[in-house]
Amino acid sequence: MILLSVRNVHKRFGGLHALRGVNLELEEGETVAIIGPNGAGKTTLFNLISCEDSPDEGEILLDGHRIDGLPAHLAAAHGLARTFQNGRVFGNLTVLENVLLGAHTRLHGLTDPGSRLAGSVLAALREIAWSIIQPRRFRRREAELTEEARDILSLFGERLIPRLHQPAYSLSYANRRRTELARALALRPKVLLLDEPTAGMNPTETEEMTEIIQTLQRRGQSMLLIEHKLDLVMAVADRVVALDAGEVLVSGRPEIVRSDPRLVEAYVGRRGAGHSVPDSAVTLQKQA
Amino acid sequence: MWDQLLNGLVIGNLYALTAIGITQIYGVAGVVNFAHGSVYMVGAYIGWMAIAWLHWPLVPAILLVLAGSAAIGLLVERAAVRPFARAGSTILLLTTIAAGLIMDNAAQIIWGPQTQALRSPLPQWQFKLGGGTVSFLDLFILAAGVGTALLLHLFLYRSRAGWAVRATAQDREAALQMGVDVNRVSSLSFAMAGAFAGLSGLLVGLYFNNIYPTMGASATLKGTTAALLGGLGNVPGAILGAYVLGITEAFSVEWLGSSFRNLMAIVLLIGVLIFRPNGLISARRALNPEPTAGTFIPHGRPLRFPRWLLPAVTVSAMALPLFLSNPYPLQVLAIAWVFGLMAVSLNLISGTTGQISLGHAGFVTLGAYASAILTSRLGLPFSLSLLVSPFLAAAIGVLLCYPALRLRGQYLAITTMGLGEAISLIALNWEGVTQGPLGISNIQPPGFFGYPIVSPAGMYLLAFAVLLIGVWVVHRLSRSHLGRALRAMREDEVAARAFGIGLARYKSIAFGVSAFFAAAAGVLLAHSYSYIAPDTFTFALSIQVLTMIILGGRDNAVGAVAGAVILIALPESIRFLGEFRFILYGLLLIGMLRFRPYGLFNSAT
Repeated sequence: MILLSVRNVHKRFGGLHALRGVNLELEEGETVAIIGPNGAGKTTLFNLISCEDSPDEGEILLDGHRIDGLPAHLAAAHGLARTFQNGRVFGNLTVLENVLLGAHTRLHGLTDPGSRLAGSVLAALREIAWSIIQPRRFRRREAELTEEARDILSLFGERLIPRLHQPAYSLSYANRRRTELARALALRPKVLLLDEPTAGMNPTETEEMTEIIQTLQRRGQSMLLIEHKLDLVMAVADRVVALDAGEVLVSGRPEIVRSDPRLVEAYVGRRGAGHSVPDSAVTLQKQA
Repeated sequence: MWDQLLNGLVIGNLYALTAIGITQIYGVAGVVNFAHGSVYMVGAYIGWMAIAWLHWPLVPAILLVLAGSAAIGLLVERAAVRPFARAGSTILLLTTIAAGLIMDNAAQIIWGPQTQALRSPLPQWQFKLGGGTVSFLDLFILAAGVGTALLLHLFLYRSRAGWAVRATAQDREAALQMGVDVNRVSSLSFAMAGAFAGLSGLLVGLYFNNIYPTMGASATLKGTTAALLGGLGNVPGAILGAYVLGITEAFSVEWLGSSFRNLMAIVLLIGVLIFRPNGLISARRALNPEPTAGTFIPHGRPLRFPRWLLPAVTVSAMALPLFLSNPYPLQVLAIAWVFGLMAVSLNLISGTTGQISLGHAGFVTLGAYASAILTSRLGLPFSLSLLVSPFLAAAIGVLLCYPALRLRGQYLAITTMGLGEAISLIALNWEGVTQGPLGISNIQPPGFFGYPIVSPAGMYLLAFAVLLIGVWVVHRLSRSHLGRALRAMREDEVAARAFGIGLARYKSIAFGVSAFFAAAAGVLLAHSYSYIAPDTFTFALSIQVLTMIILGGRDNAVGAVAGAVILIALPESIRFLGEFRFILYGLLLIGMLRFRPYGLFNSAT
């Protein structure tokens, strides 16, 4: 079953045509990696899928519902969770609070946005009242979620469990990225969007993250992944979509995409002269 | 018609002189300088001293004003801006407000609170032009405005220093790397802006023939409005904005009456902030770039007390009337409890949710007026009004703030200030309901079931009881998932939204609950004063309450109450401090932000 589909999406920023008719599909339980040189439009595409921004043309469907143009907080309610390129944890919240916040949309109808004006006012008043009164089922739910948050965090072994009550700003960079992933998992997303989950991580940490992503795959998590490290892409992706200058250049099984000459050209340039060569392109050439 | 247009142009020129300074400082330092109006006021006083005391002719007086107010501008930069350059723009907003507060109140002490007459030494002739009258002063002001704009343009586009100023305004870090001494650029900009502001203050004094210590407040407001109309950081835009503002005001005075001058300015300010926050002449802004990792500002956490301490303090506070025979400390503490309630409620917005609100007095005013009207017109008993008025005020408050809630940082702060002003201006102009400038008097004393509360001990206990309810509610909220959501918005709005936190909804919740308790404080004050007027609760009150939570520690209810007690009780108990109260607040605000930004009751980790 197709879970997420992006159809002929265009996005312009002033004179820059950042996405030119991108198509993409994600099957349930599938992991698709999006690769491409800097400026190819990967993060722009992510911002559109997570409704951070809206496309100028085209449509995006999640589970058969159009989500493009929705406010970002409603996309979350539809079951989309994302991580950010440089890691955006809530610095003054503890690790546990960060993860619990990820479950915000799951507080059994309490956080319903409410459809009409009167409905949304009443829903907000009810949310205030319940937060003050804190009935028993409310506290029980919070306890359940706390338990679940611990489970999610134990995915990272002993990295985060001992730091449960530390503010996130005191964590190392890699631990912040882990906290961010845990927060996204707490939403129980239909589709998990990972924007360079191993950026800035050393080889050991990258290896760890690869294993975690594989664990998630075994649990049937559908994922869309932006990544520069080809080893990681080869290890986890069911399919690879290569973007260049806002267009899908090649897509298909990882080993086929990897050896496609158009991709090498996109990274290195036709003659290679006068271009700076990104790390990933070098890896790419070696492997090709 | 011609008269209005000419009048608008002249006033527009005066606004332009302040607006270009505000916009230039915004470009270089990234802050809307709330001390700017105070520099303008000091400039007016320097000119007044030169003309009225020293009997100097106008030109040397102007030169003295330029030099003097440039020096004041420099002083503001060194004391309130440069030490906080890395603290973020909302902190800078607070420090400049504090600097303005200090100057305004120092001026009252030095030159007296009364209005001083300022007679123009210029020749008094005038002539007719197309149905309007033009005076020599009008021409002088037009020349000064146009001349200054031209000089500024030449400086910015034809000199190396101007080049450096423009480079710094575009990208401070890059300019620094290219060898621009950004600190010197900053000093230079503040000095120039100060000189223009001072000149503007003197010319306004000459135009209206009087000056007074609080004249700066409206200059800041008008200058900021003009600068926003033109788009902050855009010098020609600010001049254009000033003309738009001046002419709009002139015509609304003609058509609607003179009390509408300031209301129109506020309407323009709020309108531009909500509908075109980047100014009338700029394009829509794209998404903010993603922040790079590691730009957190640690907030500190509440100090831990022994478990028995807070209950013990609460019980002793309740028992205090039994042991005190002197009513005076009870009266002071009752006021402190009411301010504590305001501080706890503001803390929900500014501490927990991280939005600086400068309009808290507006919510207090709403509550006070709601209750005054409900009890005197509709005969509602106080006990019912204490419940109904805050609901009413919260509803109106959220409705007014709602369109502004998508703004961030300084923009939201300025909008809340504008809304606070708008609420008291509406109270001033809606005479049928509020009795306008007369205010509402003979408000019944608080009481329950027919028994009035008039004794100081009774008032003390009532205020303390309402405070306890407020603290309890805010504490529960803050510990629930709701508190977590509000804090998440404070930390990172984009990430919070990506996890289902609708910003408008949760900011509305924070503003609504906050307005509720601020309004309850307003109800208590209205019934204990028995009289309220549109100017009972002013911008100064908003700043006072903000100082309390910065003193006590942001996001800390106990700290907020303690801050209120300190700031209310201290000036009362040390008599000579009374006159210096607001100077003390200003110094405390700057000092705390400089040396203990977490507040007294938060610790670093």
